[in-house]
Amino acid sequence: MNSAEKVHPPGNGGFWNDTGKTGITAWIFSTDHKRIGLLYFYSVLTFFLIAVVLGVLLRIELMAPGRTIMGPQTYNAVFTVHGVLMVFLFIIPGFQGSFGNLVMPIQIGARDVAFPRLNLFSWWLYMAGAAVIITSLFTGGGPPDTGWTFYVPFSERTGTNVSLAVFGVFIVGFSSIITGLNFVTTIHRLRAEGMTWGKLPLFVWSLYATAWVQILATPILGITLALIIAERFLGTGLFDPARGGDPLMYQHLFWIYSHPAVYIMILPGMGVISEIIPAFARKPIFGYKMIAFSSIAIAAAGSLVWGHHMFTSGMSDTAILVFSFLTFVVAIPSAIKVFNWVSTLYRGSISLEAPMLFALAFILLFSIGGLTGLILGAAATDIHVHDTQFVVGHFHYVIFGGAVFAFFGAMHYWLPKFYGRRYAEKPAVVAWVLMFVGFNITYFTMMVLGMKGMPRRYYDYLPEFAPLNLVSTIGSWILVSGLILMLVNLFRGLFKGEPIDRNPWGAATLEWTIPTPPPTENFEEEPVVTHGPYDFKKAGIT
Amino acid sequence: MTTGTSEQHIVSYGKLTAIWLALLALTALTVWVARHNVGIGHVWGSLAIAVIKGGLVIAFFMHMKYEGRLLRWLLFFALSVLAIFIGLTFFDVLYR
Ligand code: HEM
Ligand SMILES: [Cu+2]
Repeated sequence: MNSAEKVHPPGNGGFWNDTGKTGITAWIFSTDHKRIGLLYFYSVLTFFLIAVVLGVLLRIELMAPGRTIMGPQTYNAVFTVHGVLMVFLFIIPGFQGSFGNLVMPIQIGARDVAFPRLNLFSWWLYMAGAAVIITSLFTGGGPPDTGWTFYVPFSERTGTNVSLAVFGVFIVGFSSIITGLNFVTTIHRLRAEGMTWGKLPLFVWSLYATAWVQILATPILGITLALIIAERFLGTGLFDPARGGDPLMYQHLFWIYSHPAVYIMILPGMGVISEIIPAFARKPIFGYKMIAFSSIAIAAAGSLVWGHHMFTSGMSDTAILVFSFLTFVVAIPSAIKVFNWVSTLYRGSISLEAPMLFALAFILLFSIGGLTGLILGAAATDIHVHDTQFVVGHFHYVIFGGAVFAFFGAMHYWLPKFYGRRYAEKPAVVAWVLMFVGFNITYFTMMVLGMKGMPRRYYDYLPEFAPLNLVSTIGSWILVSGLILMLVNLFRGLFKGEPIDRNPWGAATLEWTIPTPPPTENFEEEPVVTHGPYDFKKAGIT
Repeated sequence: MTTGTSEQHIVSYGKLTAIWLALLALTALTVWVARHNVGIGHVWGSLAIAVIKGGLVIAFFMHMKYEGRLLRWLLFFALSVLAIFIGLTFFDVLYR
């Protein structure tokens, strides 16, 4: 590798200005997958940060019993908006939109995605949906207070602005479907010569599985949301038993999408981990085929388990049995991944740099999230902890400790490549420690509280829960201080940090073979792939 | 690729009208089934009728009968997924 090659600061090299087009319109109307990736990245990051502030406000309210900073109605609105922003505007579009766009075409040796304009359109749709959701907070009856799940009958009757918010989510859903179509087509049609399915980087495999879930499941969300709007405006009675409807039908429809959506959130994260671990253990990934296959298996089996959200809703006992069983089945491919990552680490020459630390945190936190998921997936135990803080703790372990930590790992792993500069290592490690410690204090405590019987979605609680709630709230402050430190350090590094060469980590996938930052066309000439994505020997990396 | 083979196929008015009438008749049948309480049989009846109607629309109005194999497979795949989703909810609806 030519490490003396000239490295440009951002805005001065590679795709940042090699087309001569700069200024805002060269970004928001660009069809370059890298620019669209960054558009997505900054958009999702913005909504993430807003939602983090709301999450911290929730924790402050729960710091002590009784009213601390807000009353019940505000609390209901805040956890709803926190959930909606986190789920629909951050983590579902997040990976595909930002790192999927930035990295995937380069990893398969393509110049762009199959439909670059559709790609831009999907970002615009996403922004339009986001604008509608934000508008819904300040108009009509005010921010929705239903929880992010919009359960009937409350969502039909509440006077808050549910219709508009739901319509916004509907639009964002279209953006998600389009991205899915685009990625499936790209991965099928635009792989470079020699990039067989068996040589596909595992991140691409995970995006591929995710894209299918987006295509097949998101329309069901669209229909479900449309039905809420129809109920509110036309009173169709579909979910109203008095008129022959069935409220449980809503829950079925909602979770048919929203459980697979959990895999839209986590699968690309697992893909990122499968890239980081071999790179920092300097060892080919253990069980490539099984990891690739398990992505597909998770996507397929994960689509059949939605009923585990409904064990206490009055669903039939037969259905409880079936869905409980199927839920345990999904644990198998998830565990396959975890075991393969750990086996990759075994006897590797591990370097504990920031991306690797996030990957290791992912393995632990995701495992805790997954195993507590089995407690919820087993009907007998779920009855005790359903709708308690245990559930809140559990899914933050999966989505935050899993998907979001993977997202942070991806930020440290890939963003320097696109900016040409890197962050400082020490503050990154300190930030990681703070977040890891703060995270566990916040959410482990919440799981304990749930075990003791504290329900979720309440602004107040019995005095006996006070001490642990205080601990959890202090944990959230540690967590957020780590988050701030991480972002400051990362962005200062990207704009002012040390320049890097092509392959700072010594990884063997294609994105590290092209200049830093990548040129608009990615590859000067079409690459011919001769070795696997984790074949460090053949890639000439020692 | 099989996708490039969809040369214009014109379905005659007669055929289209016949299918339209068939759809109307099936709709009438749905109403009839709904009025006669035959227990859970009414769910199966309605579903069967809906499948036939959907099949007619897809095959003729949407020209799937004249499309290439790839498209047909894709549609079949998507519909199977839908059938599985609906099927699984029956573990609840049927046994409540
Ligand atoms: C500093 C970060 C965060 C804090 C302090 C936080 C805090 C909270 C709290 C206290 C609740 C429970 C409210 C209740 O039920 O009474 C909650 C709910 C929720 N959180 Fe977070 N959270 C954070 C990050 C995240 C992230 C990263 C995600 C997903 C990507 C997320 C997704 C959700 C969802 C979906 C709910 C459920 C909302 C509902 O009940 O409708 N949160 N959060
Ligand atoms: Cu689920």
